[in-house]
Amino acid sequence: MKKLLGMTSLLALLIVAISAFEGQAFLSLGNMHNLLQRVGMMGIFAMGAGIVIMSGGIDLSIGSVMAFIGIVVALLAGDHWNPWLAAALVVPGCTLLGLWHAFVIDRFKLQPFLATLTTLLLLRGLARGISGGQAVHLKGFGVLGNDSWLWIPIPFWILIGIALVLGFLMNFTVYGRYLYAIGRNEDAVRYSGIKVNRIRMLAYAISAVLAGIAGVVELSYVSEVQPASAALMYEMWGIAAAVLGGCSLRGGEGSVLGVIVGVSLITVMHNGINLLGVNTEWEFAVIGVVILGGVIADAAYKLRAAKRVKA
Amino acid sequence: MRQMTKRFPGVLALNSVDLDLYEGEILGLIGENGAGKSTLMRILGGDYPADEGEILFGGEQARITDVQHSIALGVSVIYQELNLAPNLDIASNIFLGREPRLGALAIVDKKQLYARAQELARRIGISASITTLVEKLSPGEQQLVEIAKALSVDCRILVLDEPTSSLSPAEAAKLFEVMRGLKRAGVAMIYISHRLAEVQEMCDRVIVLRDGERAGEISRPRHAELVSASTEEMVRLMVGRDISRFFPEHGREREAEAVMSVRDVTYPGGKGAVSFDLRSGEILGMAGLVGAGRTELVQALFGIEPKISGEVSIRGEKVEIRNPADAIAAGMGLVPEDRKALGVVLEMPVVENISLSSIGTYNPPFLDKTRETRTATELVDKLDIKTPSLAQLVQFLSGGNQQKVALAKWLATNPRILILDEPTRGIDVGSKSEIYKLIRALADDGMGVIMVSSEMEEIMGLADRVLVMHEGRCTGILDRHEISEESIMHLATGGTGN
Repeated sequence: MKKLLGMTSLLALLIVAISAFEGQAFLSLGNMHNLLQRVGMMGIFAMGAGIVIMSGGIDLSIGSVMAFIGIVVALLAGDHWNPWLAAALVVPGCTLLGLWHAFVIDRFKLQPFLATLTTLLLLRGLARGISGGQAVHLKGFGVLGNDSWLWIPIPFWILIGIALVLGFLMNFTVYGRYLYAIGRNEDAVRYSGIKVNRIRMLAYAISAVLAGIAGVVELSYVSEVQPASAALMYEMWGIAAAVLGGCSLRGGEGSVLGVIVGVSLITVMHNGINLLGVNTEWEFAVIGVVILGGVIADAAYKLRAAKRVKA
Repeated sequence: MRQMTKRFPGVLALNSVDLDLYEGEILGLIGENGAGKSTLMRILGGDYPADEGEILFGGEQARITDVQHSIALGVSVIYQELNLAPNLDIASNIFLGREPRLGALAIVDKKQLYARAQELARRIGISASITTLVEKLSPGEQQLVEIAKALSVDCRILVLDEPTSSLSPAEAAKLFEVMRGLKRAGVAMIYISHRLAEVQEMCDRVIVLRDGERAGEISRPRHAELVSASTEEMVRLMVGRDISRFFPEHGREREAEAVMSVRDVTYPGGKGAVSFDLRSGEILGMAGLVGAGRTELVQALFGIEPKISGEVSIRGEKVEIRNPADAIAAGMGLVPEDRKALGVVLEMPVVENISLSSIGTYNPPFLDKTRETRTATELVDKLDIKTPSLAQLVQFLSGGNQQKVALAKWLATNPRILILDEPTRGIDVGSKSEIYKLIRALADDGMGVIMVSSEMEEIMGLADRVLVMHEGRCTGILDRHEISEESIMHLATGGTGN
């Protein structure tokens, strides 16, 4: 909770700082609209990454899932399918991928890192294979990614809807309670009679489905998918946002709201770098340094708190 | 050590404690959890400095700055949690970080390393080959490796913190033998233990700490008949009041029906089929040496590693328990041996720990926080769990209170069968007594209780019947009038039944 407060203040500070230098451009309605659009698109898959991290795991497959789903929907639509129908059929299928991850982690005691790393490679390869390495275009499906309702971009509405559902799940149902608990001590939870595997399935299925949705939104936004580069490394942005927003990679900590704050931080930073005219080649380095500072400050604070308690 | 004082924020952990130790002496250090034993020993071991007071070695004052300094002064502290690298062999562990070198190069002189390790192993009687990996050793042998490690730096003062808590009686006897040998060699030892009988057997003097102060000192009783008087004195000094009866009265003997029948059950890690009945209202003790398969048996019954064959019936109805969820549905609860790793979720609040096993039944799939709080409040009250609030993280509670939380979690599910695996391991005397009373009260309410314990006193004091195991088999079940230390040890070491 304290971390969430800290990160929200950091976000506010960042906004004030950028406003001070480039207020007119930054605070313009157009830029705000653009920021909401960005936060929506990254937030959808980052929440999935966060849920898995809260359960004590990690999902590295997100970017590849997005690219793969994008390719599949675009190809089906190219074969005269209705793109909406294609998406409606393909996205729920992502559940199976989540179940697969939970299955190999549980049955073969595979580390989540490996279970999802293999999917990262596999699906990226499949995406490139079935498209022959060529970009797949899809016209007339731009609504989801580009339109707005009541001035708010559609992706942000999707984010709000999913966040409400997940927030309810995490805070008001036993599944949320179990999810946090297995993140803290899976064995003790198993000894308490909870079917750990089912909870893990839920976490990975949520992440896979959200990656699928994010893939479709991305496809709609850019109206094409480059199989080799689409959504490349997006899982890392998701993980970074979750950690900035209060998730601990040891599991058991974090919140849906926190992840959204983390996403906002990254998005505003990105935006600020562009507006301040910093050469975009430096962007990754700047964001990397800021994230490092944030997590080190948090770790240092925790160490101090732990020492106080221990003493 | 003179006038040792240590303050932690909000607590005076040690208040002007004096402690003298003479060459070739074994000094007992006892006290309830939180009495300051560990704090005192950590200061001696260089973990942190004292706020006030001085330490003299042979009359010379020394300010111990860190662990290295303490070792250089000849002090070795062996903590309860052993500090060994499981994937290295015995010899490498003994000289870890201080390997003999070949010349100025950073190359380990293996020949010398093994020769010196062999010499140490022989001296304290490690029977396993020094090239055995430490993870393959029993807890007792690992303890000896720790001692060898201490001796490899020429230690004059050896501190042993609860060395026997995970040892079988035979292993403990071996350890005591080694300690006597060291004593003859002039090594001074400080022996911390909750087991008063051992303290009495081994120590020349005993210093009792209570609430950070020195509560008193007792010398070893000269005559056998004074032993029980001295035990009472130790307990009185530790808790500051008399514990009139450490164990509650036994239940009335009654011919109750079997609440659980176990027939010809074989299980992973076991070697024979086990059959027994658990009656409602009784405490069935499970005795045996460490590694006799008791933990494996109860874990199989609870569905953690499901049984291989055989039948289990609960109240006459056959049940198939494949996982802990099935076991709970059948009315069972298990408080596992390893409290911190399996019994509780340390980083979770008291309230969420207590409700963990039952919250799924309140109002699924929703969280019924009102009922959760009510249940937890009742149980905290009933079990007298000492916590500042329901929101306190369990890791900040004392061992005894953590164990009560683990117990409360099951009471919230209203079980008919409660399995307790080493329920008082590493818990102070006061909490032990409370937990015994609680277990007895539960049995009196009609619950069937299985209690796995390696502490003979506990089995003798609490169990109505005793099932004894040896090397994965059940070697006998003793009725109340047949229970004696001899009969249990006879069966536990492989003797055949009556």
